[in-house]
Amino acid sequence: MKEKIRIAAGQGFWGDLPDAPVRQVEGGPIDYLMLDYLAEVTMSIMQKQKARDPNAGYARDFVPLMRRILPACVERGIKVTANAGGVNVRGCAGAVIDVARELGLSGKVRIGIVTGDDIMPRIDELLSRGVELRNMDTGEPLSTVRDRIQSANAYLGAWPIVEALKTGAQIVITGRATDTGLTLAPMIHEFGWPENDWNRLAAGTIAGHIIECGAQASGGNCQFEWRSIPNLADVGFPIVEASPDGTFVVTKHERTGGWVVIPGIKEQLVYEMGDPREYITPDCVADFTTIQLEYEGRDRVRVFGIEGRPATEFLKVSISYSAGFKAVGTLVYAWPDAYDKAQAADRILRRRLDRMGLKFDQILTEFVGASATHGPLAGPPPADAPEVQLRVGVRGQDRSAIERFTKEIAPLILTGPPAVTGFAGGRPKVEEIVAYWPALIPKEEITPSVEVLDA
Amino acid sequence: MKVQLVKLAHARSGDKGDTANIGLIALSDDIYPVLVREVTVERVKQHFKGICHGEIERFELPNLGALNFLLHESLGGGGTLSLMTDAQGKTFSTALLRMEIEVPDDLIP
Repeated sequence: MKEKIRIAAGQGFWGDLPDAPVRQVEGGPIDYLMLDYLAEVTMSIMQKQKARDPNAGYARDFVPLMRRILPACVERGIKVTANAGGVNVRGCAGAVIDVARELGLSGKVRIGIVTGDDIMPRIDELLSRGVELRNMDTGEPLSTVRDRIQSANAYLGAWPIVEALKTGAQIVITGRATDTGLTLAPMIHEFGWPENDWNRLAAGTIAGHIIECGAQASGGNCQFEWRSIPNLADVGFPIVEASPDGTFVVTKHERTGGWVVIPGIKEQLVYEMGDPREYITPDCVADFTTIQLEYEGRDRVRVFGIEGRPATEFLKVSISYSAGFKAVGTLVYAWPDAYDKAQAADRILRRRLDRMGLKFDQILTEFVGASATHGPLAGPPPADAPEVQLRVGVRGQDRSAIERFTKEIAPLILTGPPAVTGFAGGRPKVEEIVAYWPALIPKEEITPSVEVLDA
Repeated sequence: MKVQLVKLAHARSGDKGDTANIGLIALSDDIYPVLVREVTVERVKQHFKGICHGEIERFELPNLGALNFLLHESLGGGGTLSLMTDAQGKTFSTALLRMEIEVPDDLIP
């Protein structure tokens, strides 16, 4: 058994710095590269892409990335865990195999694929058997949006990834797997942790939570003494050095920017936190009130003391459904009286919309530069504010009403208050809203499937 | 005397659906008990009046010197439904840091 493994985070979300995973591979020693691509609504975007093109439906960026790093990964035995497969894990794996062959790596790399998360084809069958898939937040039954569902996936945990690694996979591609599972699985695999070792599973899960948002653990978006953070232009993404006993050190490659400091790790620990004693994943329930932190050198924070409890009998399901349309229009008003002018323009716009009798589910006006982020807490803006942006958004079921709204923004320039600009981008775009429906499903309903393919 | 939280703590915030979470972290160990005493659910509810339209929950993490707040019904529907600039609640952190609390004089940083 290895005494230590180094797991490097390469993407905090789909669209993160494209060079970050390359820098993790080339910047120093690592054993695993962990790539999290799937935000809550990403699956629905991928579902749409697959409907147009049966070969699409996964994180396409992953394939050119593999072209860049696969030779180094093979040479140095670096393994990759990535939920890049989206709703077409097999298509994603096929594209990576093609790349491996083009690079002359046939027979040198095995690709593991984890599926079984997609329950879209089973929705009616599940509902008919009384699996209600009620909205976890609102308690509403799924039938209220049944005909508008676009994707439905259960969150798989670490164990199917472990199985793929055991079968010799070097690159493991999953669909909807938890981001924490991508980090925990290498530890289970390398250290042979048993399925009921809740403390160590919780430790690996918390390690995953710390690095799943990429550089947010190594200086990015860090409020603590933000001016002092060195060289964010070259920010090093975080790396977990895990030990068999479940303790780990958070660090980053030498000669990279950013920092790994205790206040920064604390900020990431509380990010998107619910009840800290009940951080629920498919693999365990982690207790964030047991985490201890200490320095172990520069840019090295040791994490220990973590306790966990048995996993629940459920998996979370993320369902996406079509929920109408929206559009947001903006204009910028300049000194003098910038805020007054923006407010006047908003009143004029609303009177015009009223007169047309357009119906919206919601209309929201914000004044960027005055109150868009902190609302009434910000107090009135200074009388000599150099500019204020008027930002008006509408949302509704009727696409034509939203379209009509988008035609009312630019005319305000010639028909409203003066000293206004900022309309170079044309009319606002009408966007289809794909909303998110969280639910629970009994674990026995989901059977993950693991396959390992040779390139 | 009264001190603004920004001088006593740092914070990070995020979203889960229509709920914003704010993790408030004391800048030193001796400030944490003051946060526990002063930054109550009631105070936070008052502070976010007109912004948070639902319940507020508070959890304690003494091991990190941190409090975690859940502000329900705060993000205009949340996720893709929201029309807000800050649909993900990322700036709720510094909005909380605007709060002023009573701090013993010997703890003033």
